[in-house]
Amino acid sequence: MGIYRLLSHLLLACCLLWPGLALAQVEDTEAQQLLTALADSSFSEKKTVINRIAGSGDDRARYWLESFGANKLGRIEDSGQFIIVLSNRGRNWTVEDALTKENLGEISRRDIDTIRVNNALRNELEGILSVIDLKSPNEDQRLSAARALKGSVSGTLAERLPTLIDEEQSADVQAALTEALAIYQVEEQGDITAVATLSGSLNSEARAALQQAMRSDDPALAAAATKAMESIEQKLKLNRAAETLYFGLSLGSVLVLAAIGLAITFGVMGVINMAHGELIMLGAYTTWGMQQLLPGQPGLALMLSIPAGFLVSALAGIAIERTVIQHLKGRPLETLLATFGVSLILQQLVRTVISPLNRTVITPDWMSGSVMINEALSLTLNRLYVIGFALVVFAGLMLIMRKTRLGLDVRAVTQNRAMARSMGIKATKVDILTFGLGSGVAGLAGVALSQITNVGPNLGQSYIIDSFMVVVFGGVGNLWGTLLAGLSLGTINQLLEPWAGAVLAKILVLVLIILFIQKRPRGLFPQKGRAAEG
Amino acid sequence: MSIKKHVKLGLSALALSISFNSVAAEDPIKVGILHSLSGTMAISESTLKDTMLMLIEKQNEAGGVLGRQLEPVVVDPASNWPLFAEKARELLAKEEVDVIFGNWTSVSRKSVLPVVEELNGLLFYPVQYEGEESSENVFYTGAAPNQQAIPAVDYLMNDIGVERWVLAGTDYVYPRTTNKILETYLKDKGVAADDIMINYTPFGHSNWQAIVSDIKTFGNAGKKTAVVSTINGDANVPFYRELGNQGIDAADIPVVAFSVGEQELSGIDTGPLVGHLAAWNYFMSVDNDANYDFIDAWVEYTGNEEAVTNDPMEAHYIGFNMYIEAVKKAGTADVDAVKDAIIGVSVPNLTGGYATMMPNHHITKPVLIGEIQDNGQFSVVWETPSTVAGDAWSDFLPGSKDLISDWRKPLFCGNFNVVSGTCGGKSEVAAE
Repeated sequence: MGIYRLLSHLLLACCLLWPGLALAQVEDTEAQQLLTALADSSFSEKKTVINRIAGSGDDRARYWLESFGANKLGRIEDSGQFIIVLSNRGRNWTVEDALTKENLGEISRRDIDTIRVNNALRNELEGILSVIDLKSPNEDQRLSAARALKGSVSGTLAERLPTLIDEEQSADVQAALTEALAIYQVEEQGDITAVATLSGSLNSEARAALQQAMRSDDPALAAAATKAMESIEQKLKLNRAAETLYFGLSLGSVLVLAAIGLAITFGVMGVINMAHGELIMLGAYTTWGMQQLLPGQPGLALMLSIPAGFLVSALAGIAIERTVIQHLKGRPLETLLATFGVSLILQQLVRTVISPLNRTVITPDWMSGSVMINEALSLTLNRLYVIGFALVVFAGLMLIMRKTRLGLDVRAVTQNRAMARSMGIKATKVDILTFGLGSGVAGLAGVALSQITNVGPNLGQSYIIDSFMVVVFGGVGNLWGTLLAGLSLGTINQLLEPWAGAVLAKILVLVLIILFIQKRPRGLFPQKGRAAEG
Repeated sequence: MSIKKHVKLGLSALALSISFNSVAAEDPIKVGILHSLSGTMAISESTLKDTMLMLIEKQNEAGGVLGRQLEPVVVDPASNWPLFAEKARELLAKEEVDVIFGNWTSVSRKSVLPVVEELNGLLFYPVQYEGEESSENVFYTGAAPNQQAIPAVDYLMNDIGVERWVLAGTDYVYPRTTNKILETYLKDKGVAADDIMINYTPFGHSNWQAIVSDIKTFGNAGKKTAVVSTINGDANVPFYRELGNQGIDAADIPVVAFSVGEQELSGIDTGPLVGHLAAWNYFMSVDNDANYDFIDAWVEYTGNEEAVTNDPMEAHYIGFNMYIEAVKKAGTADVDAVKDAIIGVSVPNLTGGYATMMPNHHITKPVLIGEIQDNGQFSVVWETPSTVAGDAWSDFLPGSKDLISDWRKPLFCGNFNVVSGTCGGKSEVAAE
């Protein structure tokens, strides 16, 4: 027994020598106490408790606080055992013990009391965690922590910041920390030297600090802040203009995508296809279907949906052409009514077969969020991809129409059907392929739209009017016209929206087009020469 | 056994709403269900139809009411507002139903209202609405503005310290009236006109870039800003997605929504939305045994482990139970008798309290504010200490602040003007 006693003494000595080691994990009873305090206190009291937990030095503190912030920290109603919820979907939740991290399996939601968190607490937690993160070896983590500190620097932290800035290796992190400190100095201390640091900053917290300084009683400070604000305003104006342009281009590229298939079927072939919107919808549903087939891989599913969506819509389009449109050649009114009927059938089909409810299409991680150009201008990624996709589809179509045999045939048949047939071109086959191509492109539009709007039975309806508008405005039969019309209509709409509102902006655009068509009935780029009808 | 057979047949053929002409004294009580099963509103309304069918099934299993079974009669008004009136007429005149549960949008309710009044029917309306209405024949089991919008604004003002307000809504009657009430209310509280931004968008709006960017700019003026959203239906999905993409965090600019519930969130990834708020009278996450039992029953009925419940479903649950209690109290399903009997009836709600039918045909409800969680549920962060009685006529609109509604005799008036001491007569008067 003597040896054991000696060993335990040695251990005790070690613990005393390295207090860090001894503190790495507080006693379970103390941990239990801390968590109980967290669970039983009101929202305002919880603030002090989370600071106590962060200060306890326990290496599980971060894990607890993060879980708490994510609303995953809970307590089993009967036993009072603290747990972390691993999966909180459905009626039974998978949980693990908060102290031992032992997996406890599934527990009914009825038996779990989650410890409630709110925005104010989450903010406080973010502050605490970012102070911890400032010491992280990972530069990106330090940078985002430093950025998060802007506007939320406390008095105690402000005293430590200058040394932290000195010790910092990365210039980016240093700049962010300096700005965070300057915001604190301007806001809390009215420090005039710090105003210079903020001049030119696009950060909204920095602007708020300067605006406050502008109202200050100290005329020198107010003047300096006003001057700094002026330079910021100038920069902001430029950024806002760039942003509006981006919004316009992105809305425009959506319009182009939706309309370009129609530019082929209506513009080139002259078929008024009211079911065009539903072909777009089919493309979007294909994306959803693909994601159902490949659960857990939304990105791959989305990539595969591009050819799949094209095929599905192209086949549907060919079926429509064979069964309905070919029998109504040269009777535009009947074609319009018949295809309108087809569009209703397709909508109801989706409603009955799949569901009247919208379907969730997952946006892959690489398409979520935005790229930050600077602190006042960031471009949303999903829109950026859609712009790129629209341009690629347009270029592809241009190539097909200009450089391939099919394109040549299509142009020949539409310009003079009888002549083309006498030259040995199978006009019927060309009709089928052209309509398939136009429909397939509509499917591609659907794949792209599934990333920015709701996938539901009504998806097509919201785009059909816009599509016709773009094609008519651009000039029937001209792909370049469609591109330019789509982009310019999108930009005009986004320019009008801030001061006219979304509803009025739409109306204004429509009025504008009507007036334009009065002046130039054949659109922006009318067809000339023999290709032009009559 | 023949009656049971009839009911069974009726249930199986309810989509066709076949009626039976049984002449026995123990006819089933016919319950009309007037919810869109197709069109834009099907997304929200079809679950309410299923809720009603489930409630009726349970009640029949428990022996019905007064020894009579309940027979559902389902019609589909197809999200088409005029069709709502036609279908209501069909239910009341042809099917001769004893009560109707139905409608979602205010415009559909307005279209049904004259029919229900003309043919003396009973309508239970389960959705939060703009108020400014009280009908002898309609029971409003959803929230009036003082049971949802006003408490939510109070919470933002007092607990979060919001000073700048964006009122964003879909362009139709409910958001416009609610925002008018809120604007007056905020100005009464001393908010400057410059600190209020109002924005309307069409139904199904999907291009939110410029508006969200405007909100961001508006919120960067150095004062705490919040968005009060009356955006309705599926336009919410791209709105929230854009918020997430443009990096608007709930900690910076919280959005409090009056039309976004569990059902709407089940269509989106809520990861970027954590912390945004909604104000309702019920959340699926409420920790209460009655609620858990309801969820279990719903999951069992739909056969879908992921099925969600929401506020209008609870409103139907309350409305249905109130109707049953009123029929028991009256001893008959006669419309006039039930109308009198139901005032003052109290039934348990799903949040651990009781709902009482007030003389103005609105009910008492607790107001809950919840924050969105990453699993598409809400976590309650604030609630009113007691239930709030619905107010048919807002105190914050010039035309309606003097009006009260009391459908008990001797007053028996939906819009009694306390200043002039006269009854407006018709069920609605223009607020302006």
